[in-house]
Amino acid sequence: MRHLLSAADVDAATANRIFDLAEEMADVQNRPVKKLPALRGRTVVNLFFEDSTRTRSSFEIAGKWLSADVINISAKGSSVSKGESLRDTVQTVAAMGVDAMVIRHAASGAPWQAAQWTRAQIVNAGDGTHEHPTQALLDAFTLRRHFRAAANGGSTGTDPFAGRTVAVVGDITHSRVARSNVLLLTTLGVRVVLVAPPTLLPSGVETWGCEVTGNFDAAIAEADAVMMLRVQRERMSGGYFPTPREYTVGYGLTRDRVAALRPGTAICHPGPMNRGLEISADAADAANSLVLDQVAAGVAVRMSVLYQLLGGDDAWVSQGGQG
Amino acid sequence: MSVPGSAPVPPPGGETPGDRVVLDAEDISRALTRMAHQILEANRGADGLVLAGIPSRGVPLAHRLAAAIAAAEPGSGAGSVPTGALDVTMYRDDLRSQPTRAVGPTRLPVSVDGAVVVLVDDVLFSGRTVRAALDALGDLGRPRAVRLAVLVDRGHRQLPIRADHVGKNLPTAADERVLVRLAETDGVNEVRIVRPGGAPTRREV
Repeated sequence: MRHLLSAADVDAATANRIFDLAEEMADVQNRPVKKLPALRGRTVVNLFFEDSTRTRSSFEIAGKWLSADVINISAKGSSVSKGESLRDTVQTVAAMGVDAMVIRHAASGAPWQAAQWTRAQIVNAGDGTHEHPTQALLDAFTLRRHFRAAANGGSTGTDPFAGRTVAVVGDITHSRVARSNVLLLTTLGVRVVLVAPPTLLPSGVETWGCEVTGNFDAAIAEADAVMMLRVQRERMSGGYFPTPREYTVGYGLTRDRVAALRPGTAICHPGPMNRGLEISADAADAANSLVLDQVAAGVAVRMSVLYQLLGGDDAWVSQGGQG
Repeated sequence: MSVPGSAPVPPPGGETPGDRVVLDAEDISRALTRMAHQILEANRGADGLVLAGIPSRGVPLAHRLAAAIAAAEPGSGAGSVPTGALDVTMYRDDLRSQPTRAVGPTRLPVSVDGAVVVLVDDVLFSGRTVRAALDALGDLGRPRAVRLAVLVDRGHRQLPIRADHVGKNLPTAADERVLVRLAETDGVNEVRIVRPGGAPTRREV
């Protein structure tokens, strides 16, 4: 794997390799010495043009636990605030000889652009309303664990995703998490049902290869997991739904809906949560809520991704590893 | 450490030119029994022992040694020598020279702090795998002592490392390959030497 730009870059075999390694990396989190030497001498730059807590810090921890040197650059406090273009910023950072860049940007497609401008390896950490592949990987990893634990006491023999249905609920239009999750879960053989009001469904959703419904209660009845999406008020210019209250009634994971879930149905949310809007406190803190498992999985999965990208031979670096 | 899955291996029992079996199933079994006794003798019993197999073939060998130790000292509490796997992939010094390597499991049932850890591998060659294993072990804790048990020592060391317990010293040419196959991983118990130009084999280090 040269870059990780889209969840579509990941086939089922690659995904399972990433998950298997992430299981090993999760064990490292419990060791007294949380350090592996695999990426010693590699430099990873977190280039964050958008705010982030969990993604940036988990990439930073992941890189450091693999012994890479990690540098954080955020738009605030960098030359970006002086008006430097994305291209100049990327090429400037690349010229310092970094091996990989983890990029988050408000513009969809920014990591693709960056990959054209530099020889550094690029990881998409969220681009606009487009994709967030490492979030999809950690969601699927969390679900794989959950489904395995549910099926015959953690057996690793059978395909944990076979015959599973995942409902992705909420603001599909603005959600990069939804796009990446649909791509990856479909690759893994999961039946994905999108649940959203018509105003929050992107045009062309019928080509995604998953089912679409407006009826959350019907979807709940057959879901093995419900993945709640954050209502992204910062990307909305109003008019998508009448009132927050009405959104909650139709598409929020309320106390009543939690009670209607089948036993063992997992509750996921990529965070940060709008408690009381798309997810009730009862749902967020329910016994089958995987929200904190998702955060914990973030570091392990990102360690695995960084190792897959950077852990092998660096022939391309010796050919002049910069822009 | 042997790296599985990189090439087809010859069918069991089939002799091809430049390819000979040097240990058969019974030879392997006898060697492991002797090594189990030697480990017990050197340690004056099984107290504090931890067997750490290096994936992939070191792990089944470690479990066989544990069974042999239990059989050698029945009723002495030696029936349950803690045995596990210690993956060294991320500690190797040649990660950069090839595509990303698959990482195996690291599972040790007990803490290595204060234990006498016996590293178990199939073939001792350059010594680089053992060097990596010592580093990996150091990140898990501080053993009282570390010993090395290998089924085959084929020479050609590149680092100042030697084995404490050896199943078979096997003089080889540097360009020959030593192929250890175990029932648990390969369906057959044998050690064979493959000459260059002989049957294609997996890489082994």
